[in-house]
Amino acid sequence: MAEDQYLYAVARIRTKELSLLSAAFFEQLLSAPDYESCIRLLKDKGWEGGGADWEEMFSEQRRRTWELMEELLGDTSVFDVFLYANDYSNLKAAVKTCRHRTEPDNIYIGQGTVPVETIRTAVMENRFEDLPEAMQEPAREAQRVLLQTGDGQLCDVILDRAALDAVYRAGKESGNEFLKLYAELTVACADIKTAVRAVRMRKNRDFLERSLAPCDSLDVKALADAALAGEEAVKQCLEFSEYHEGAAALSESLSAFERWCDNLMIRRIRPQLHNAFGLGPLAAYILARESEIKSVRIILSGKKNRLPEESIRERVRETYV
Amino acid sequence: MAIFENMGVVLALLGAVTAALAAGIGSAIGVGMTGEAAAGVVTEDPSKFSKVLVLQLLPGTQGIYGLLIGFITLTQIGIMGGDSDISLIKGILYFVACLPMAFVGYKSAIRQARASVSSISLVAKRPDQFVKGMIFPAMVETYAILALLISILSIFGINGLPV
Repeated sequence: MAEDQYLYAVARIRTKELSLLSAAFFEQLLSAPDYESCIRLLKDKGWEGGGADWEEMFSEQRRRTWELMEELLGDTSVFDVFLYANDYSNLKAAVKTCRHRTEPDNIYIGQGTVPVETIRTAVMENRFEDLPEAMQEPAREAQRVLLQTGDGQLCDVILDRAALDAVYRAGKESGNEFLKLYAELTVACADIKTAVRAVRMRKNRDFLERSLAPCDSLDVKALADAALAGEEAVKQCLEFSEYHEGAAALSESLSAFERWCDNLMIRRIRPQLHNAFGLGPLAAYILARESEIKSVRIILSGKKNRLPEESIRERVRETYV
Repeated sequence: MAIFENMGVVLALLGAVTAALAAGIGSAIGVGMTGEAAAGVVTEDPSKFSKVLVLQLLPGTQGIYGLLIGFITLTQIGIMGGDSDISLIKGILYFVACLPMAFVGYKSAIRQARASVSSISLVAKRPDQFVKGMIFPAMVETYAILALLISILSIFGINGLPV
């Protein structure tokens, strides 16, 4: 059985899960008096760096996660679905850098399926054929749109949609239930967020059709119609889908909805804590690490900006363990 | 010695071999699976070696039961010494008597291995729950023991039959 080939890896991950940041630890971070105390607590947990630039600390944590996966699996291409978003984010950065002829620091994300240098060179030298086939056309179109119209938002829409399509396709083609679930939730939640933003920015049907990626759990056409009718219509549209609980979060705010989406993902992956077979526990570990990075970022940013504890607490995501 | 004249002993031997083979294969697969999981835990925490070793060995018992049934059958049919003149009917009966251990041994070893792998995950996180973790896979052993019992009773019973 295919699932039996991950017995060693899953057993190691079970031990690694013991060092994931728990809800109790996040409570400690939240009640820490200041940013420096948070950094000290994180240091005790092995989260090095983060003195002035916490992104360095998060990059190190991500690097460790992927290094572990490489050690366990050898070939991590099965998890490419998690990295496509980084590829397209790097592509977006390269296209905009090329247009503005400036390159700010730290705009590229290290973990991706395509090396950053390949993306940069392909965009700078118009050698799009060096990119993977699925990236070529969106990259060409995004660059053309940006050069001809200067519309950065349209450029983002093209590449974000291409990223969602890539994630969805990879999830479907993986044949793994867990990766399919990840792709489905990622695309559906992104579509809902886009629909709400489109309502608030009074975007037209053309924008919606360009940005909403089709998926099984949402009727994208109905969502686009609802987005044209207003925010209440979007909430009503969600009432008839499996994301009906998200409608209540949407009534609160878009950031509450984003938190609800992240928590939904964590709740749906949590059964993997009790699964000793297959790829699911490994994939869930990667997502759990990403989620804890997101929560630590929220807390550190809140502490640095001296936000009240309650205000930070509202934004922190649920933990996997 | 024409094979058809000695079909009884051939069938009885086939039964003995099947029991040892199927149960042995099941145990080898099972112990291999649990060994992989145990190695995963020990890589991260060598102090759990003794606990996961016990769990690794649990699916190995079916192989021993298969060997036992094979050995008893061989002694009963005279292959290990004595009279090996077994009638065709007795040969069939010995063959059938070995089947519970062969089938149940094979399947239960693999199912027990899956339960053991899950318990190894449990021990990885909660070493204090080791005893409970051992009970879950040990429950599967019940059915291997029942099959062993029925095979042993059948093999010993066949000898006295007037066939």
